[in-house]
Amino acid sequence: MHQLTLKQALEEVRKDGGSALIKALSARVSSLNPKLNAFLRFDPAVSVVRGEGKGPLQGLPISIKDNICIQGLETTCASKILKGHRPPYNATAVERLKNAGAVIFGQCNMDEFAFGSSCETSAYGVCRNPWDTERVPGGSSGGSAAAVASDMTLAALGSDTGGSIRQPAAFCGVVGLKPTYGRVSRYGLIAFGSSFDQIGPITKTVEDAALLMNVLAGHDEKDSTASSEPVPDYTKSLVRDVKGLRIGLPQEYFVEGMDPEVEKSVRQAAEVFKKLGAEIKSVSLPNTSQAVAVYYIVAVAEASSNLGRFDGVRFGIRASEQSLKDLYFETRDEGFGAEAKRRILLGTFVLSAGYYDAYYRQGQKVRTLIRDDFSRAFKDVDVILSATAPTPPFKIGEKLSDPLAMYLSDILTIPANLAGVPAMSLPCGFTSSGLPVGMQLMARPFDEPALFRAAYAFEQETQVYKKKPKL
Amino acid sequence: MPLDDYEPVIGLEVHTQLDTKSKIFCSCSTRFGCEPNQNTCPTCMGMPGSLPVLNEEALRLGIKVGLALNCKISERLKFDRKNYFYPDLPKAYQISQFDMPVNGPGWLMIELKGADGGLVERKIRVHRAHLEEDAGKLLHEGIEGASLVDFNRAGVPLLEIVSEPDLRSPEEAYAYLTALKAILQYLEVSDCNMEEGSLRCDANVSIRKKGETKLGTKAEVKNLNSFKAVQKAIQYEIERQAAMLDNGERVVQETRLWNDDKGQTFLMRSKEEAHDYRYFPEPDLVPFTLSAETVEAIRKTLPELPAARAARLAKNYGLSAYDAAVLVQEKPLANYFEDCLKSKANPKMVSNWIQSELLALLNLNKLTIENSPVKAEALAGLIALIENNTINGKIAKDVLPLMFETGKPAGEIVKEKGWVQVTDTKFIEEIADGVIEANPKSVTDFRAGKNQALGFLVGQVMKASQGKANPKLANEILVKKLQPQ
Repeated sequence: MHQLTLKQALEEVRKDGGSALIKALSARVSSLNPKLNAFLRFDPAVSVVRGEGKGPLQGLPISIKDNICIQGLETTCASKILKGHRPPYNATAVERLKNAGAVIFGQCNMDEFAFGSSCETSAYGVCRNPWDTERVPGGSSGGSAAAVASDMTLAALGSDTGGSIRQPAAFCGVVGLKPTYGRVSRYGLIAFGSSFDQIGPITKTVEDAALLMNVLAGHDEKDSTASSEPVPDYTKSLVRDVKGLRIGLPQEYFVEGMDPEVEKSVRQAAEVFKKLGAEIKSVSLPNTSQAVAVYYIVAVAEASSNLGRFDGVRFGIRASEQSLKDLYFETRDEGFGAEAKRRILLGTFVLSAGYYDAYYRQGQKVRTLIRDDFSRAFKDVDVILSATAPTPPFKIGEKLSDPLAMYLSDILTIPANLAGVPAMSLPCGFTSSGLPVGMQLMARPFDEPALFRAAYAFEQETQVYKKKPKL
Repeated sequence: MPLDDYEPVIGLEVHTQLDTKSKIFCSCSTRFGCEPNQNTCPTCMGMPGSLPVLNEEALRLGIKVGLALNCKISERLKFDRKNYFYPDLPKAYQISQFDMPVNGPGWLMIELKGADGGLVERKIRVHRAHLEEDAGKLLHEGIEGASLVDFNRAGVPLLEIVSEPDLRSPEEAYAYLTALKAILQYLEVSDCNMEEGSLRCDANVSIRKKGETKLGTKAEVKNLNSFKAVQKAIQYEIERQAAMLDNGERVVQETRLWNDDKGQTFLMRSKEEAHDYRYFPEPDLVPFTLSAETVEAIRKTLPELPAARAARLAKNYGLSAYDAAVLVQEKPLANYFEDCLKSKANPKMVSNWIQSELLALLNLNKLTIENSPVKAEALAGLIALIENNTINGKIAKDVLPLMFETGKPAGEIVKEKGWVQVTDTKFIEEIADGVIEANPKSVTDFRAGKNQALGFLVGQVMKASQGKANPKLANEILVKKLQPQ
């Protein structure tokens, strides 16, 4: 029963209200989570009580990344500094899930404050990849992706600042969607890079992603960056027809150092689309090589500011120091992990007087160029196709001591966050050693329907999603 | 070098609380005097995951002030983060406006008393006026070795009005603040209550030798909680800096605190310790465009402002520019004045009575014009009694304090006290005869051409009549009686 998709589970829940389903999943979590550490907190008692609303997700268990606030439940961003913090309110995304009848089903592991691409920086232990437990599940929504991939949950929410939904989805062989910036309310998402962050679904199928997006998307008066653009019914885009759809292959995305098996998988995917009647074109996104550098300037600048509030005064842990300065120093020293400290320092530096013009302002200018690249490319094509990550999942510890190598694992996902365009990762194949490979589809702002149309056609044609990890 | 050889250069930063019902980025109440942390929510407490949403009323009020200060209103609006750590700042950054303030350059006219007693106008340029949120408040009393934080003020909307360094004396600074406060009150955008923190002022003071055009090194003085304190602190700084220069020392740029009890400024932090606020655009609030129509619609809501009202009062009622300026300084005062005129009282008399007698009584009793026991109608009633010769001005000065005390109308008091003015010629003639008989020397003096003697004799008649005689009539009768026969 744990292998059901959301869509299939809907029928199951109709029979008995979903208690058998929740029981089956809870048992699976109990047996598998000690091995994978995908969930930070899991209390079936709490979960079953929830989900009273009547709506399209009635009785369906959905797991939540630990940086999305749930009223009254400890929410920590996988950081020690927020240990014991219970938000007094629900994130809008959580509120919408609850209103739709969903059951909040545990909180998923992640990189501390979403800083990382491997789920290794969590203060509560690394999460492991269900396909190979010696490997990382990707980050920062690694817990959400691993939980879905291992059938411990039906679907999960993640958040994506530079690829944090898509890259772990690719590493775990599931579907991950980063919506257009502003499509889903950020209210209650503990901010990393405010101008990049988006909440999005991690699911087993493209159809499930559409079902969740129908609930999550839309304006929110609590978030002034949330768009009031009308929300279409995304399930209407699941038509299995890509005839005439123009798909672009960006030449800059087939980078040096890319894993040949990953490249091969993506090129084969392009062939599948061609066979299905799509038109494949080459496009250019000339400023791609600047994307990682710009991201690590602008996003960490915002992060350094966003993390200032964790000072030991109002919530989370507090060092037992007497003087104010020592209270700040000790609380932050104890509370933040190494990667968080690295990014706070970097962000503080690029914003500081005398360096602002050289770094932050310059970074914003390049960000505009990257945005322009996409606008230009989307004049010629409807969807852009690339790999999601340049390599298959790497080994735990392999890149931890080399931050720059780690930062490069987001090289293909970051541009979509810089430009604010929607992007989806879905499984497109496996390496010879059986590790999942993900492909990324990007579309014009608010054109999630184009992503669903292309992804659904591919998924139904290839049925890659049906392969499960051996656990 | 004597103090007069230096020219002070002063700029003021005024923070005013905009009078909105809810905070600038959330829907919490801005009510003063609530229990600590009663008016808070996840957003104004800076809880993780919370987001700001702009209160449009705060923006509207801010623009209103900008228009009244002749500012250029920005078409493109954005907010910025000003980052620093302090326990009363929940997010560790203040949402403010850095390089694109809603209100750009403008100006404000101030009036100063000239050497000839008349008014001299000076145009003081306003550099900018921008929107920002207030911080909370630290409480250091109550728990030993600890501090408590009250976030009720956190997120209260402020408009920071920054002047150019155009002010040249403590008096000018005082006049600027008075004029600014009057405008804010006329606009009904702020109650300007300094005790409750709705109006706060920092002063930037430097001095230079007269004739120099280069600016001297400034000190920023904070913690000024009354207009008088601003004036005194500036004077103190001028003298402190002049003494340093006279001693051959250099003034250094620093932030100082004013201690009102000691009447001195103290070092708070030097330039080296100055904050690096790491400003950058607030990503949680989307920049937006302000249409010309919106600004024009707000302009249409502007009321008559103090300067315009003073000009109208002077022109319509024949008041001096000075009197008109005093009356309009406080909107309730000008309203009171105009309310008096509804009873057709003589405007000049009303103005004089308000400015000399009534304000003195109010000051003495620590009352404001709004809670004056003598209402406008009652004062007009008193003036009517003078105008119809029921009482004279001298008696009226005794009537007003009684009205103030008892709340009774003037007529009733005059009746009770039997102070009705006597215009009975026979009665005055009798008194005049007695006065002439009792003061032969003054009579002789008058007849010898000493006119002052008449004044004395009139006074004696008034005294003998217990002030009830009509002084004009007494004068006439005396003159007639003293004519050589």
